[in-house]
Amino acid sequence: MQSQVLEIIYLIGSITFIIGLKMLSHPESARRGNLVAAFGMTIAILGTIFLYRDEYNQPFASFNIILIFIALVIGTVIGVLAAKRVKMTAMPQMVSLFNGMGGACAAIISVVEYQHHFAAGEYGYSGTVLAGLLIGSISFSGSMIAFGKLNGNVSDKTFPFQSVINLILLAGLVAAGIYLAIQPETNMPVLGMLAAACLVYGVLFVMPIGGADMPVVISLLNSFTGVAAACGGFIYDNQVMLTGGILVGSSGTLLTILMCKAMNRSLLNVIVGSFGGSASGGATAGTTQGTVKEISLTDAGVLLSYSKKVMIVPGYGLAVAQAQHTCHELENLLEEKGVEVKYAIHPVAGRMPGHMNVLLAEADVPYPKLLEMEDANSEFASTDAVIVIGANDVVNPAAKKNPQSPIYGMPILEVEEAQNVIVMKRSMNAGYAGIENELFYEPKTRMLFGDAKSTLQKLVTEVKAN
Amino acid sequence: MIYILILSIFLGVEVIAHVPSVLHTPLMSGSNAIHGVVIIGAIIVMGQAEADNYLALTLGFLAVVLGTLNVVGGFVVTDRMLELFKKKK
Repeated sequence: MQSQVLEIIYLIGSITFIIGLKMLSHPESARRGNLVAAFGMTIAILGTIFLYRDEYNQPFASFNIILIFIALVIGTVIGVLAAKRVKMTAMPQMVSLFNGMGGACAAIISVVEYQHHFAAGEYGYSGTVLAGLLIGSISFSGSMIAFGKLNGNVSDKTFPFQSVINLILLAGLVAAGIYLAIQPETNMPVLGMLAAACLVYGVLFVMPIGGADMPVVISLLNSFTGVAAACGGFIYDNQVMLTGGILVGSSGTLLTILMCKAMNRSLLNVIVGSFGGSASGGATAGTTQGTVKEISLTDAGVLLSYSKKVMIVPGYGLAVAQAQHTCHELENLLEEKGVEVKYAIHPVAGRMPGHMNVLLAEADVPYPKLLEMEDANSEFASTDAVIVIGANDVVNPAAKKNPQSPIYGMPILEVEEAQNVIVMKRSMNAGYAGIENELFYEPKTRMLFGDAKSTLQKLVTEVKAN
Repeated sequence: MIYILILSIFLGVEVIAHVPSVLHTPLMSGSNAIHGVVIIGAIIVMGQAEADNYLALTLGFLAVVLGTLNVVGGFVVTDRMLELFKKKK
């Protein structure tokens, strides 16, 4: 009886995941979708605790149930605190951290199941256990590195033949996994070593990928963890784990590809990271002639105060400097002076889809002020001044004009159509794509160097003085 | 099982096929929470551990804590992100 009820609960759980995911992909229903999925998860967890019966039709011992609840409470308290306290700009690394926890969880399950009942001959079962271990631990250590990178604790590291070494290592891991899976006896030391090697692989896998590509990597690792969870579903013959895991695995993979598409790059390109020096060398030659003109803060203040219409183009630099509130302050100040201020949002500004919308929403910038790319592009011609804050590749005209450029074909914000362009940047360094931006050399462009936040603050003072 | 597996793959792709790019991040975060369903496995490990099998008990306990972090943290973070979207209406 209990097990049938549990089956129904699992069915409801699976359905809520599907509906939740569906609702999450529409702006109006997204929040409810999240709650629907959370509800499904809650009943699935509670159902498992109280209604699960082992092969002898025995429920869990009450001692174990108490321990489970203690663990649940600990996890909930830490999870809620961490999720509530994290700053909006640090969201991607938080997601990565939680993803890593899921991966570790899947890996641990595999370790326990491995030492449990490991009957020789059941290759399907033992294979799934080892697959769960491999994928789970790679996802865990990879997510931790991704977290560190976004947090600024870990820098990009590459060494020669890295992709080749990684491939060999991966092949070795898979081979070792298969070896263990067809071994008749359990071999804990080798399993331990395999797990450790998987952790190392996860590190090596993410290490060379640039910080700007991390959202894509996190999305990929996210789908890995989904697959690891689905392995658990196979181990326990558990439908809700299977459907939940696979749903995330497949939708996560698709999402990863969609993200790559928004940046006009292939997934392979992101992983191998061939975007480095050689490509940029050829593309920059001959296009970057000219001089860069700086603008003083006072001039910038005057220019903005006496403009009719100002468009702000935010980018990753704004996010890094946490300058969204100062930016909003500048916007209010200009509006008081009768200047029309709008924001032009590139779909991948900040290298994280929707990043800018979330950031500016946090600073209470009203929604109608945020223009999508197409709308913004039709308004640049009638704009007096554009302020580019910490954005680079998304305003690079090379994407339109230069077929040799690695970003050729990527849709951009056509800021060069405006009367004046002020570019706020920390230095003349190239953007994440590693290519020069000829916009900076245009006659109508002036540069304002410095950290986005402090420069904006100074600019606010200047505008006030006018 | 294979049947469900294949159906789920198609479902996963179909369900998010037309997602606007603005929602990529919340969707990633939401699906991150959903794969926290791995916690069910952790609970089964924990629940079946014999009282004297300390290794299984410790690992199971750890797995449940980590799984809960994934589930709870994932859903709360997603909710916070989406809260910001809602305000703009």
